[in-house]
Amino acid sequence: MVFILLLKKVSIPLRQILKAFFQNEITMRLFNKFNTLVLTVFSVLSINALYAGHDEVDGYVEKDFNIGEMIMHHIKDAHEIHLWGDAHNGTSVYLPIILMDGGLKTFSSSHLYHGELKTAVDHKTHEEIHYVAGVGPADGYAIFHEKIYKLENGELQFEDSHPHNAKPMDFSITKNVFVLFLVSFIVCLLAIGTARYYKKNGAIAPKGVAKFIEPLVIFVRDDVAKANIGEHAYKKYVPYLLTIFFFILVGNLLGLVPMLSANLTGNITITLFLAVCTLLATVLSGNKNYWHHIFATPGVPVPLLIIMIPIEVVGILTKPFALMIRLFANITAGHVIILAFIGIIFINKNAAWGALSVPMALFISVLEILVAFLQAYLFAMLSALFIGAAVEEHHH
Amino acid sequence: MTGTVAAIGAGLAVLGAGLGIGRIGGSAMDAIARQPEASGKIQTAMIIAAALIEGVALFGVVVGFLGL
Amino acid sequence: MDLITPDLGLLFWTGLVFIALLFILTKFAWKPILNMVNTREQKITEALELAEKTKAEMQLLAAQNEELVKEARKERDAMIKDAKATADKMVDDAKNKAKEEAEKVLESARTSINAEKAAAIAELKAQMAAFSIEIAEKVVRENLSSDEKQKALADKLAGEINLN
Repeated sequence: MVFILLLKKVSIPLRQILKAFFQNEITMRLFNKFNTLVLTVFSVLSINALYAGHDEVDGYVEKDFNIGEMIMHHIKDAHEIHLWGDAHNGTSVYLPIILMDGGLKTFSSSHLYHGELKTAVDHKTHEEIHYVAGVGPADGYAIFHEKIYKLENGELQFEDSHPHNAKPMDFSITKNVFVLFLVSFIVCLLAIGTARYYKKNGAIAPKGVAKFIEPLVIFVRDDVAKANIGEHAYKKYVPYLLTIFFFILVGNLLGLVPMLSANLTGNITITLFLAVCTLLATVLSGNKNYWHHIFATPGVPVPLLIIMIPIEVVGILTKPFALMIRLFANITAGHVIILAFIGIIFINKNAAWGALSVPMALFISVLEILVAFLQAYLFAMLSALFIGAAVEEHHH
Repeated sequence: MTGTVAAIGAGLAVLGAGLGIGRIGGSAMDAIARQPEASGKIQTAMIIAAALIEGVALFGVVVGFLGL
Repeated sequence: MDLITPDLGLLFWTGLVFIALLFILTKFAWKPILNMVNTREQKITEALELAEKTKAEMQLLAAQNEELVKEARKERDAMIKDAKATADKMVDDAKNKAKEEAEKVLESARTSINAEKAAAIAELKAQMAAFSIEIAEKVVRENLSSDEKQKALADKLAGEINLN
């Protein structure tokens, strides 16, 4: 009962905000359907989180529940997709590991996760630390906090709780890489499906998948690209902005899917890459006017330019940097809050707390759907804004 | 220790962001009350401004992460 | 700290996948979609323009029709007026002519009557004269058969002349 009430209460303002955002009834209807779907499956996520209290790599030793560790484990990349069950008796999809270490080495991550239990003594704190060393094809490697290390004399050397062993070049298909493929596949499916619909039916009113994609495409073209870049130059950047918008949107939404529980767009590497793309797009399309404003800001006396030029140059970098941090922090923070609410149950070791924490987590989850759209829009819009500043025509 | 200090820092950052977003929300309400017909545009602008402030607050949170 | 350290392997895969995605989508999805959307928008704009144009044309046609009807009405009115005038004139003419004719006939009748009358009178006169002479001759012959009668007549005639 509480769930339904909360769902209704949250859905209405959310609907209005999203409506203001997309001003499109069709998207809203789809959103509503999607909303309900996500809400129903979210209870499953809670169950998923239940069993994740223990860190797999910490070995078979029972440890006190550490909420920070649990959260960090969940928002970080992994070499497996943990589906359900206790860490070592549970069900996981083990992903392939690809190492560049004097030649290409590939093996399943199960050889790393289910290897030989070892204990090492920290060189500084003299604490005992448990870890698992790989067996079979993974011999000579160990995984600790989802990072792969080369063993020295068959051991990990710890200092301040961190291994100091050398790391091989890791090109593994990790959980994030897998989700990256999945996101690309879904985006391709949606976009190419729409394109094929038009190819088959000609330029008519959209139906099916095209009905969902087309308003978003037009939204990005008109309200993001045209509004921020300007009529004269926006056409060239629409494909880039569309790709970035849909990539982030689908990535954000997949991050909310339980079991998969990927944190793709909440991964600094992904956002770094996207931000670099925007930086390159900005810098490479900067016209004379743009560079003139940076290196000889009009109306600024020459002595001041000594201060102004470094500030402006740093400004080129801080804008995409802010983009990178914004997306990363927003998505990660959302995941952290949801996990923290679920964690309340385990801190108190009482299922009754679920009555409080699960609705709260549900509320944040619904909010995260809004954030998913919002952040995709913001990333695309700010990218367009920066590009727009770079291609702006001189009018003084 | 660093974790605690980072948590306090993150809290302060959130405080500032809360004030900022609160001001935006309040001003947006005023604006909508004055011009209900422009509510769509005001809402969009409000959300963008709120997201930008939130971005700054999240810088603080990221610094908090650094301490973890 | 781990959380905000970029991972080389993931960066490699991201770059690969994202750039591939950008190219594939641009070529096979965004361009066709945007083209179609543009085409459709153009079509809609054209259709709207056409509708507007047709509407204007219709209005023009309606106005023209009205003008035509007005003109036709005017023409009709003029025609009726003309016809009426002609008819009136014809009636008048006919009347006049008939009158004239009648008068003519009357005149000729009168003339002929007069002539006949004159002729009749003349004949009557002539006959009367002849009769008178005959009578007179007879009378004279009778009356003058005796002298007294001749004398009485002469007296009478003389008396008449005196009266005149």
